[in-house]
Amino acid sequence: MTITDGRQTEPAIGPADPVAVDQWYALTALDEIPVGRAVRTKLLGVPVSYCRDHDGAPLAWLTQDSLPAGAPVDARTLDAPLPTMADYGYLWTTVGEPGGALFDIPETAEPDRRILNAGTFGIFTSGPRAVENFLDMGHLPFVHPGVLGQQPFTEIVDYQVEYRSSEIYAVNCLIFQPKAAAASTSGQMVNYTFRVPHPLCALLYKSTPEDDVRLDVIGLFVHPIDDGRVRAHLFNCLLDTVNTDGQLRRFQQGVLAQDKPILENQVPRQLPLDPDAEAPTRADKTSNAYRRWLSDLGMTYGVVASTQPGL
Amino acid sequence: MIKLYDYLLSVNCYKQRLLLSILDVPYERVDIDFYPGWEHKGAEFRKINPLGHIPVIDDDGYVLWDAHAILVYLASKYDPTGSWYPVSDPRRLGEVASWMLFAEGTTNTASAARLHVSLDYDFDLEACQAGAHRLFRVLDEHLWFQEQQGQEWVASGESPTVADIALFPDVALSEDGGISRLDYPALRRWTERVQRLPGFIDMPGIFPVAKAPA
Repeated sequence: MTITDGRQTEPAIGPADPVAVDQWYALTALDEIPVGRAVRTKLLGVPVSYCRDHDGAPLAWLTQDSLPAGAPVDARTLDAPLPTMADYGYLWTTVGEPGGALFDIPETAEPDRRILNAGTFGIFTSGPRAVENFLDMGHLPFVHPGVLGQQPFTEIVDYQVEYRSSEIYAVNCLIFQPKAAAASTSGQMVNYTFRVPHPLCALLYKSTPEDDVRLDVIGLFVHPIDDGRVRAHLFNCLLDTVNTDGQLRRFQQGVLAQDKPILENQVPRQLPLDPDAEAPTRADKTSNAYRRWLSDLGMTYGVVASTQPGL
Repeated sequence: MIKLYDYLLSVNCYKQRLLLSILDVPYERVDIDFYPGWEHKGAEFRKINPLGHIPVIDDDGYVLWDAHAILVYLASKYDPTGSWYPVSDPRRLGEVASWMLFAEGTTNTASAARLHVSLDYDFDLEACQAGAHRLFRVLDEHLWFQEQQGQEWVASGESPTVADIALFPDVALSEDGGISRLDYPALRRWTERVQRLPGFIDMPGIFPVAKAPA
């Protein structure tokens, strides 16, 4: 679990939001990280750098002047190394004290899964806006017509939202999709489950054309550069014996490129948590649960905090 | 059949798909793993284009690279009306050449900003955005004066040319690079006219427009 009990002291670095700071964040897919050469970025506004060492192990550190972008890196000379993990194909790090392991994705242990980063794309939005869009079924027929939805089949029938061990689950989410996956050959009613195990990571489970029982798993892991700009990683853990990695990526990248301008047109970039801030509909049940969950956690980074007491 | 070495999210590849669709020319797509594979920079692809750029076309053994050169070739060969690349009209042809060179500028500013924001390309974002705004201002004024004379396209004449195709995606996707088109009304009207052309296809990130009133 990544959700901590919440410390009372302010984080030493980064924004004054222990909920946001005390998390693991995926910076980049491991196989996209240069070996022995520094890459600079920001995490929660804090300048950080990363690379892989010559054994392939990930390194991350608070950016130091002596290591500009592209500079050769010797792990022994890092002034302020950060903790790292290599999980699900990504380098994860933190500028806080997560106090626990990353959330589990049991499907990644199945040997026939195709696990890959479909792509990492920068978007001018906040982490919570990106996650909320990922959870939103209502936009699919409008933003991804002909692929993940189709007008006039825009109705979202009622579904259930549950809290299970500090995570959000939305189950029995049904929608008609003309091309639900790269492996689809025809339209189908698709059953989705959404899962939010981390303030800025979400997963969806959906039926796959290739297996009657098991589900495709697709994740959105957000790297918050600051509170108005993110890099969104599209994690794939699929059952697909037909498509090449390139074809799988083409499908997912096309979907994300359709979402990017929608997110960039949302004002403000930070997600309002006040229940009255944006008019919800039934399709927004998961979104409402997510906003309430962030409020309950006390998240203040990348959101417009609710002014209503007791929510 | 024409082979197009393609990447879905490349504006320069999209220019070719758009013109091929408008001219109703069949082609075969060869998907290049541009990102994250950087396949176009690899040794295999450099045998096709030593510059390591896409798009490239292979038309029955005739290989051509450079997005705007390919537009010129496709229009010259596959447009029986001769209107998309008007070789019979020296003045219009000069305008088309001029605006296609201008489009190199929008690609190097507006589309460079998009690559920086989306894929972390090492460009100076503010310089790209400022450069794009300078060019958009010029194009917006030009299109406004065109409209005053009953002209709808960047080059004079009744019909669009490859210059419109060369400019369109850099403009239509500018917000991906943080470049707002709010201040360029003539530019926005022109993008809608392009989107209403028969045979128009979009690419991910371009908002569809409502159908024109009958």
